[in-house]
This record gives sequence, structure tokens and C-alpha cells, in this order.
Amino acid sequence: MDWLAALGRVGLSFAARLGRASLLFVAMLRGLPEMLRRPHLLLEQLLSVGVLTVLIIAVSGIFVGMVLGLQGYYILSRFGAEATLGVMVAASLVRELGPVVTALLFAGRAGSALSAEIGLMKATEQLSGLEMMAVNPEHRVLTPRLIAGILSMPLLAALFSVLGVYGGWFVGVGLLGVDDGTYWAQMQSQIDWSDDVVNGVIKSVVFGVVCSWIAIFQGYDCVPTSEGVSRATTRTVVHSSLAVLGLDFVLTALMFK
Amino acid sequence: MSKTRRIEILVGAFMAAGLVALFFLAMQVSNLGSMHGGDTYKILARFDNIGGLKVKAPVTMAGVEVGRVLDIYYDAKDFRAVVVMGIYSQFDAVPDDTFAKILTAGLLGEQYVGLDPGGSSVVLKAGSEIAVTQSALVLEDVIGQFIYGKAQEGAK
Repeated sequence: MDWLAALGRVGLSFAARLGRASLLFVAMLRGLPEMLRRPHLLLEQLLSVGVLTVLIIAVSGIFVGMVLGLQGYYILSRFGAEATLGVMVAASLVRELGPVVTALLFAGRAGSALSAEIGLMKATEQLSGLEMMAVNPEHRVLTPRLIAGILSMPLLAALFSVLGVYGGWFVGVGLLGVDDGTYWAQMQSQIDWSDDVVNGVIKSVVFGVVCSWIAIFQGYDCVPTSEGVSRATTRTVVHSSLAVLGLDFVLTALMFK
Repeated sequence: MSKTRRIEILVGAFMAAGLVALFFLAMQVSNLGSMHGGDTYKILARFDNIGGLKVKAPVTMAGVEVGRVLDIYYDAKDFRAVVVMGIYSQFDAVPDDTFAKILTAGLLGEQYVGLDPGGSSVVLKAGSEIAVTQSALVLEDVIGQFIYGKAQEGAK
């Protein structure tokens, strides 16, 4: 009987968590009008969530593109199809790697920071302090962070893809001798704006919502001790990564038929 | 320079870089830059066999893309496939005795519609039909004919 009770406990706590997370999401959306009246709050979060993530995104984008260029060239040259290197690099970046790798890096760089920050605010009772001053902490502290995450993700993913395309171009055209004109022309003729690029952007927006939501919820819901904050940070990265990879499969299945 | 101003500039630069990247994806990486926007007019063609022709495949004249395949359906009355093509409106002088055939880009490439203009001075209007068509080359049929021919030679 004990194991049955344990299973029930796990199920109930999971459902309760999901409910709290959904309520928090709604509460954050309610803070939108208040946030629009104080745009500087959003600006500060865009700096810490978006701008400070640019460097890691840029460096990874270039290297992922370069690796794609190398691997793609070796495989494609076996079939004499080096001309399609640009298509391969751009399609894999724009459709999959751009949104997914950006989201994983985002969860590691920005999501963990969000959780730790909010968790510490809770542990040091700053959130309760705000409430004492009749300021809604969900609206004032959490909403700008969520919106900043949602706005940043597509921009970061686009940067990642573009730099990746240039990384692939550097290796393929610069080092391995694929023709410059062919690289771009094949890419332009095979990559479709609405099918490939727009779907990639939609993916990155969804990942932005999920990653910021998980990060904020884990921070807000943590046990307010140093151990609790550390656990929340870990959970943010793990849950975000799993959610991104799982959702990516679902979205890909829905989008690309 | 105040701190707020610095933050504003950094965030502005980030947003600008992101939007430029999106614009670059649109114009340089995808086909939006070379897409023929604007009007098309429809013409039809009936084929005995369209092979692997797909919707959105290019329609070319003398190798230049003049349109796209908009729709493909099966006409149960005359047992043929109807291909609806959207021709860009700047190419409005397609003679009405034009010959449409389904070609393959390279040996294993994708299939597209090639139009060979005829000599008529009457041009195709929106909704009109191309009378003379040639089906796609189906590799199995060609190989089949070849083997059949060889077998007949051997029988003599």
C-alpha cells in the first residue's frame, strides 16, 4: 500500500505544481498593462536576459555553422553534391539547430540566472517586502522578465542562424572551395520563407515562452533556503532542456509535413 | 552618459542586430528576396502522367522561371491529370499553341514544367488551356521499353 500512496503523492504534487505554474502565468500576463507604463523595467531585463546572452549565442552559432560546413562537405562530396552545402547548412540551422540550440543555451545562461535571482529575492524576503509596500511582486518583478525572455529568444535564434550560415560559408567556401555563388544561390532557391524561416521563428517564440516560464516559476516556487535556490536553478536547466527537446519534436511533426 | 542611457543603447543595439538577422534570413537565406510577388494568371494543362511533379514546382520558358504550379488534380472524366499553373503577369505573351512538358532537373532532380512557345500570334488568356502536352518521363517505363526492345532483338 505504501508504494501506491507514494505514487499518489507524486501525482498530486505534480498536478499542484502544474496548477501553480499556470496560475502564475496568468498572473504575469495580467501585469502587462502595468509593465507597459514602466518600460524601463522591461529594458533592464532585456539587457540581462537578451544582451548578455548574445556573446555565447554568437560564438556557438559560428562554431555550429562551421562544424555543419565541415561535416556536410565530407558527406556531400562523396556524392558530388557539394553544391548543396549551403542548403544543408541553412536548412538545418533555420529549421532545427537555430531555435533548439539557442533555447538550450538560453536556459543555461539566462534561465538559470533568472531562477537564482528570483529564488534569492524570495529567500531574502524581498518579494514579501514588495508586497508589504502594496506592490504586486508578480507584476513588478516577474512580468518584465517573462516578456524580455519571449522577445529575446526569436532575436537570439535569428542571430544564431545567420552567424551559423556565415560559419558554414567560411568553412565551405573559404577553406574547402565550394563556389561562393552556388552556396548562396542554392540556399535561396531551396529555403522557403514561410515554410522554413517563419516556422523556425514560431518555434523560437514557443521556446522563449517555455524557457522563461519554467525559469521564473522554479525561482518563484523554490524552497526559500540556499539549498532550495540551488535545486531550483538545477531544475530550471533540466526541465527547460527536456521541454525544449520534447516540444521541438511535436512542433516539427506539426509544421513540416 | 547615464546608466539608463547606456542600457537603452545596448538593448537598442541588440534589438537592431536581431531584426537585421531576421531580415537577412528573409532576403539572403530564403527565397523571399527572389520571390516574384504580385499578380499571376492561371493557365491549365492536361497530362497523361505527371510523374513526381509537385505543387509549387517552377514553370519555366527557355529556362527562365515564369510561374509556379498552383494546383494538381485528377480529372476523372478523361483520366488525365490537370496541372494549374500561375504565370507571373509580366509574362503575358504566351502563344496559345505553346507546348508544355514535364522535365527533370538533372538525372534525379525535382521535376518542373517547361513551356516551349509556339508561333501563334494569339496569346493565352487567364483560365485557358494548353492543348499540346508531353508527360513526365517515368524511368521504369523507359527501362521497361529498353528491355522489351532487347528481348525482341534476341528473338529474331
